[in-house]
Amino acid sequence: MVDLSINCGGIKSPNPFWLASAPPSNSAYQNCKAFEAGWGGTVWKTIGDPVMNVCNRYGAIDYNGQKIVGLNNVELISDRPIETNLKEIAETKRLFPDRAVVASLMVESKREAWHDIVKRTIDTGADGIELNYGCPHGMSERGMGAAVGQVPEYCQMITEWVTEVSTIPVLVKLTPNVTNIQLPARAARAANADGVSLINTINSIMGVDLDTMRIQPSVASKSSHGGFAGPSVKPIALHMVSQVAVDPEVNLPISGIGGISTWRDALEFILLGASSVQVCTAVMHYGFRIVEDLIEGMTNWMESKGFSSLDEVRGKAVKQITDFGNFDLLHKTVARIDQDKCIHCNLCYVACEDGAHQCIDLTQVNGHTKTEVREADCVGCSLCALVCPVEDCISMVRVDDESQSKTWNELMADFEREGKPLSWENLAEFQKKHGIVIH
Amino acid sequence: MEKAPKLSLSEYEKNFDEITPAFSKNSAVLEANRCLYCYDSPCIKACPTHIDIPTFIKKISTDNLIGSAKTILESNWVALTCAKACPVEELCEGACVYNEKGEQPIQIGRLQRYSIDHYFENNMPELFEQKESNGKSVGIIGSGPAGLACAAELSLLGYKAVVYESNEIPGGLNSWGIAPYKSRQADSLKEVALVESFGAEIKTGITVGEDISFDEIFRKHDAIFIGIGLGNSQSLNIPGENLVGVVDAITFIEDVKQEVWTNVDVGKKVAVIGAGNTAIDAATEAKRLGAEKVMIIYRRSEKEMPANDYEYELAKQDGIVFHFLTSPIEIMGEDSVTGLKSLKMELGKEDEKGRRVPIPIADSEFEIPVDMVISALGQKVKKHFVESINDLQIENKLILVDKETFQTTNKRVFAGGDCINGGKEVVNAAYDGKRAAHGIDSYIKSL
Repeated sequence: MVDLSINCGGIKSPNPFWLASAPPSNSAYQNCKAFEAGWGGTVWKTIGDPVMNVCNRYGAIDYNGQKIVGLNNVELISDRPIETNLKEIAETKRLFPDRAVVASLMVESKREAWHDIVKRTIDTGADGIELNYGCPHGMSERGMGAAVGQVPEYCQMITEWVTEVSTIPVLVKLTPNVTNIQLPARAARAANADGVSLINTINSIMGVDLDTMRIQPSVASKSSHGGFAGPSVKPIALHMVSQVAVDPEVNLPISGIGGISTWRDALEFILLGASSVQVCTAVMHYGFRIVEDLIEGMTNWMESKGFSSLDEVRGKAVKQITDFGNFDLLHKTVARIDQDKCIHCNLCYVACEDGAHQCIDLTQVNGHTKTEVREADCVGCSLCALVCPVEDCISMVRVDDESQSKTWNELMADFEREGKPLSWENLAEFQKKHGIVIH
Repeated sequence: MEKAPKLSLSEYEKNFDEITPAFSKNSAVLEANRCLYCYDSPCIKACPTHIDIPTFIKKISTDNLIGSAKTILESNWVALTCAKACPVEELCEGACVYNEKGEQPIQIGRLQRYSIDHYFENNMPELFEQKESNGKSVGIIGSGPAGLACAAELSLLGYKAVVYESNEIPGGLNSWGIAPYKSRQADSLKEVALVESFGAEIKTGITVGEDISFDEIFRKHDAIFIGIGLGNSQSLNIPGENLVGVVDAITFIEDVKQEVWTNVDVGKKVAVIGAGNTAIDAATEAKRLGAEKVMIIYRRSEKEMPANDYEYELAKQDGIVFHFLTSPIEIMGEDSVTGLKSLKMELGKEDEKGRRVPIPIADSEFEIPVDMVISALGQKVKKHFVESINDLQIENKLILVDKETFQTTNKRVFAGGDCINGGKEVVNAAYDGKRAAHGIDSYIKSL
């Protein structure tokens, strides 16, 4: 039997799938409906200082016929009073005691204000608190959200105001609109947070309409940057999650967020160290019902791989993360084209010829074109395999004898020991010794 | 009968190769991602078994293929046959919202096949909860789609399902009645194996009413489900019907379904009488077996033809010639068929079903030279058998059942599929069998 239950910084849920703090978790009606569908937890839409929203609130990117590969918004935190939200949080938790109900909070940067809202949140019976230091639009103009998250000192100070009074776990939600995500994560750690949630949305403008010249989203002919989310942000989120996961100075549980639409996406976050995952855009597009496939797909995958709990999966890919200087320079692969599968689109040829290293030959054989890799010249970049539209037609094959390895860092240490400076000549000598030909 | 020359084995295989090939993984994922994942979608409503189509397609897009198969099978136990044989353009694909946009509908049938193929290729992983045995047994007559669906569902509900099948090879119409270029017997037998894996017992080579009496199985089981389909084609009632070269469409199609192509003789020139989907199958199969000329003879016009558009197109692509407004009056020949004497017809007023009645045109008699006549005039319920069952009310020559429970007027007897609807699709029978299982369950629990 597969057990999907998780514990993220002391917040437990029967499965790792939480609604992210966003429009789908706005109300008791929605959160209860989500729980009925099977969601393991929710991070309630951020409650806090009085706000008013505008029309429109969203913009989207469609790509090659696929709708909403990216969604941005200028919606603010909950536009319903704190009282209403707290009452509904208490009611939801009472109805679904086994699910994780996390309250997302954002108030002005005053110690008393934070103490007050934290205490009132604890009274609802919520399982945890998430501090919204990420909201990139609107709230940040008022000194909240990303304005806090982008300054590690503020992040630490406010988190301390929360943790000094909170009796329930505290997650700090991080903004990706920083150059080094580890710094605010370390600040959260220093302030005794129980975990971090990342990423929040990315500063963005979704596009400009070429007929009206209006920027998306458009609010009565005006626009501003909004928070970018959805499937296309996943690589950025995965990177940031991995950066937090590998940082020994953070060492906190992670709730992973950013473009999670499927169980496969969720597992990628978990393999990079996340304990729970949060979903928003996919629910905004398709509804709470997607949780069926999230749970079932993850369960089937775990069964097929012989895992029984997510503890066995979490962070399993993290140890691969290293610096470029630790990559093996002598690891050699070349592309091989399966001529039986080739459909003669020649995309590999043009990609290699114009976009890479000119090592595929295009010839005419029996009335059609034939693409063939000159293996001696192939640098093993894999671009041809990536552009190939046929499954398993181009494969990258390892061709070194696996007897030797040398990383850049080791090579530099060798040079230093041998008293050689880093020069093109000395590099060429190393390349020649190992049969590496640069074109 | 002047026989058409035999073809080479490779020609036969090419002619009977499946017309809708399987998706590759890449093409399945592309197509699955084209699905809008509609909410409360029209395709679900258009499917007689109400498969949650957007969900099973969504699961293909995430590569949760086992989950996808589960979603499909939960609604339909003969989903492989349905994926290949359903008239999808009139059902799920016809209802796809893309049609309203003027774009190609999602290829739901092919996607369903992709999931179910994967399920069978992976040796049918256990996906369904089975209730503990309740000690009750149900006798099921016929192992076609209705009987199989009923047996599967009853087995999961904790009943012992015993299926009586007169043929040595089970599967009913799924095994014996679908054109080989759509679905092969091996596909149907995978579904039979799935139902057997739930504990249902299929006794083949046993004809109820001959090898064992209905009364005996009636006594033996707590309830009976009748899924016997229909009998052979109705007789033509014209002179010459007993000549060599006159065959019944059902028998002909079953002979082809043996899939030993060289064993089936066809004439050089073949006339198929009738223009339903069965007539089209017989015509295309005769053509693919090597007949030089195959004609469909139908007494009404193109507009009244019962065959659906897809089948009509298929027949035209195969070069089948349609003689509309033509009514055969005599099959000519000494021992073997040499020709078909017919009358030209015109259409009169509408009958009670709203179809215009064909009226012979005076002095219009003419002869069509043919070597073989295949009769495909539509089938009727097996009258002799159903009339032998006590308290079984027949209405419009079909077994009368309650629309919700599929209970007949004999409380302990249930029925579904073609024998209650007069001949619909496999998917209708699959639904009937499944619903009837729940009708039987409620009935037995109420005792």
